[in-house]
Amino acid sequence: MAAANAFKNIMTWIDDRLPVTETYEKHMSKYYAPKNFNFWYYFGVLATVVLAMQLLTGLWLTMSYNPTGEGAFASIEYIMRDVEYGWLIRYLHSTGASAFFVIVYAHMFRGMMYGSYQKPRELIWLFGMAIYLLLMTEGFLGYLLPWGNLAYWAAQVIVSLASVIPVVGEDIAIWVRGDYLMSGVTLNRFFALHVFAVPLMLIGLVVLHFLALHEVGSNNPDGVDIKKYKDAEGRPLDGIPFHPYYTVHDLVAIVVFLFIFSIVVFFFPEGGGYFLEAPNFEMADPLKTPDHIVPVWYFTPFYAMLRAVTFPLFGLEAKLWGLVIMAGAIAILFVLPWLDRSPVKSIRYKGLASKIFLGLFAISFLVLGYLGTVPPTPGVTALAQACTAIYFAYFLLMPWYTRAEKTKPVPERVTG
Amino acid sequence: MSEDGNNHSRRHFLIGATSVVGAVGAVGAAVPFVASWNPSAKARAAGASIKVDISNLRPGEIMGPFPEWRGQPIFIVRRTEETLKNLTKLNNTVADPQSQRESQQPSYAQNEYRSRKPEILVVVGICTHLGCSPKVRIKAEPTSFDENWLGGFFCPCHGSAFDLAGRVYSGLPAPSNMLVPPHYYESENIIVIGEEETS
Repeated sequence: MAAANAFKNIMTWIDDRLPVTETYEKHMSKYYAPKNFNFWYYFGVLATVVLAMQLLTGLWLTMSYNPTGEGAFASIEYIMRDVEYGWLIRYLHSTGASAFFVIVYAHMFRGMMYGSYQKPRELIWLFGMAIYLLLMTEGFLGYLLPWGNLAYWAAQVIVSLASVIPVVGEDIAIWVRGDYLMSGVTLNRFFALHVFAVPLMLIGLVVLHFLALHEVGSNNPDGVDIKKYKDAEGRPLDGIPFHPYYTVHDLVAIVVFLFIFSIVVFFFPEGGGYFLEAPNFEMADPLKTPDHIVPVWYFTPFYAMLRAVTFPLFGLEAKLWGLVIMAGAIAILFVLPWLDRSPVKSIRYKGLASKIFLGLFAISFLVLGYLGTVPPTPGVTALAQACTAIYFAYFLLMPWYTRAEKTKPVPERVTG
Repeated sequence: MSEDGNNHSRRHFLIGATSVVGAVGAVGAAVPFVASWNPSAKARAAGASIKVDISNLRPGEIMGPFPEWRGQPIFIVRRTEETLKNLTKLNNTVADPQSQRESQQPSYAQNEYRSRKPEILVVVGICTHLGCSPKVRIKAEPTSFDENWLGGFFCPCHGSAFDLAGRVYSGLPAPSNMLVPPHYYESENIIVIGEEETS
């Protein structure tokens, strides 16, 4: 009893100075989440776990990594062979990057399925999209750091994309590289951005993502508002406290994820050449381009769109349009909350058109992801063009098909 | 003066004025940070001119991707009479046969052969599409990408092809001819690449 009292006294002393108990209750023990979360609701917490893992393993990697053109490649070999458990820490980090994107794509798809971006959750979606953009930046920057030849040339291609901007493009590309060609100077600044600037912004945005979520409350697979029906004490009837119910529930998912993740890390760390590609086991050579340039797998859908534009339009070069299409494919995700005019949130109660378009969108994204990994043949290009059209149709036609279709009645309370 | 005794228009003016001054200061403070990303003095020095001896380069042969200039591969080709004739034949196949696009070569290379001396070609071996280094396919022979290939450069990244004057074949991703760097002949066999002749 004495110990309990002492703890209570300490907490009172702290709470008078810093709202610890209040914050804990607001975000954990009295944060009411809908009781009908399904499989798709695991990916948010898994993304948080992977973020923490990337920060930890990344910090450890910086202790043995040498961010110079001369030393980078050798320092990776040093980490892999000489540093105790260096291989494990590096594989956790490199596999973690791929896992991060698998999880984030699933998390985003969940949002699209259940209308989690709709009013009043637009800001959560925007913060999430900003996180996605930063994650892509982080992946791109980090990919160059081992100074492998494929990564070198892939980065050269991506930075050169800036040079298609009329007039100032070439100067921008030189400014980003800090040199006339990708060099150790570029590597060094990519390292600084990768380990410091971008992670800092990422953490800030993740905090905003959480705060905005906890302000309006979580959506659910039915897309119904659980705050409509509350008990005498003001607790949502269909909500359960995040802690302990969802913390325990999520722990199971984390354990299952770590099982799968460990299998990859220990048995397939190269991911069949998709997580760590063969040409990257050769050091960057500014005079020798690998025969087949592909970005790492999580960029391939957008890369396929870039390549799909093979014709000039309105007097502008094809490669400029390619860049516009690729940037547009990402930018259009940001305005999703304002494209959806449906009176219902969840795909469960939306009409047939929404279901067909969402299905086609998902298929086209996966097909584009594959097409981005293979050399461009006329057939590949034609298919990529068709998939790009579907991708954009999902968004651009949304204001019409979501309004025109017949929706199903939404239940008052969550189901199942 | 308004009813609450505060001069609101003066307040708005002062807030506006200090904001503008503050914004100007912020832009000024950003200058060193933005400028520090430019190529350093060291990188610029590495971009100085290089001298290349071509006395051992025989007709129909190529030097490259060495030497480098600004870290970029340079190709030097001594073209044969036959190659030069082939270039004229390709005038209808390439996108910019007379090198009208001025950014891609100095004025003295703005001709069919894109060179100072007809037989010697000096180009930067970087594809004008997205910066990959094209493969040298100097022999006139059927290839997987062109049955009537007359020799040139082929970029594996996105399939752009260039002839032996660095002129891009039309209808391919690369928008312009390969870059001819500024260069001059110091003597018969010594080429200085990376700067113009000073008279």
